[in-house]
Amino acid sequence: MATVFTTKGDMDESLLEKREGNIDNDNEYTTWVEYWHEGELVHRSAHVTLKQMPSFIGGEAASF
Amino acid sequence: MANTQSMCTSFMGELMTATHNFGTAPTRGTSAADTFKGALYLASATYNASTTAYSATGEVSGTNYTAGGVTVTNATAPTATNSSATAGVAYWTPSASLTYSNVTLSTAFDAVLIYNSSQSNKAVSVHTFGSQTITAGTFTLTMPSNTTSTALLRLSTT
Repeated sequence: MATVFTTKGDMDESLLEKREGNIDNDNEYTTWVEYWHEGELVHRSAHVTLKQMPSFIGGEAASF
Repeated sequence: MANTQSMCTSFMGELMTATHNFGTAPTRGTSAADTFKGALYLASATYNASTTAYSATGEVSGTNYTAGGVTVTNATAPTATNSSATAGVAYWTPSASLTYSNVTLSTAFDAVLIYNSSQSNKAVSVHTFGSQTITAGTFTLTMPSNTTSTALLRLSTT
């Protein structure tokens, strides 16, 4: 049995309700997982992969 | 053959490694690599292009999160690549994900500030994402591929 680190210490995953989701847009791909115990959120992790980065464009050498 | 007015792409890459210093009284002289860090900020904070340095104001706080954030793994030096006679791009990406392990961050956060902790915590870049909270869990920020079009930091001419 897998154990999950929670606000109540390590708990057997079978005792928990698992919820998962994701966000996929131009800026990021994110997955998250939550574990609930008797209606209480006891664990939430998230994994963000950035897609869109700030970029400086416009370097120029002056004309004479 | 002909000359072509352009900013040299190698120069942009060398800006990323502080090879050039236009100051009239340069003060830097070290062979030690700088340490960069990534700090997380609340969705209510205001970090943007005008940010000049790391600040604890608006930074997340919670179990197992250390103020200032985590160290950025930097195993790959910046790269500079020409795309034409007049254009090119210099780019750099951390060589590993930023991971905040076993944290509880109860207030929503949506940004990471990359900054240089070896140079008075001077700011490098702000990256935003969908608002998150973490409960007795791990927050991982995976870096994009280190290419001319997706690297975390890119300086380019067109």
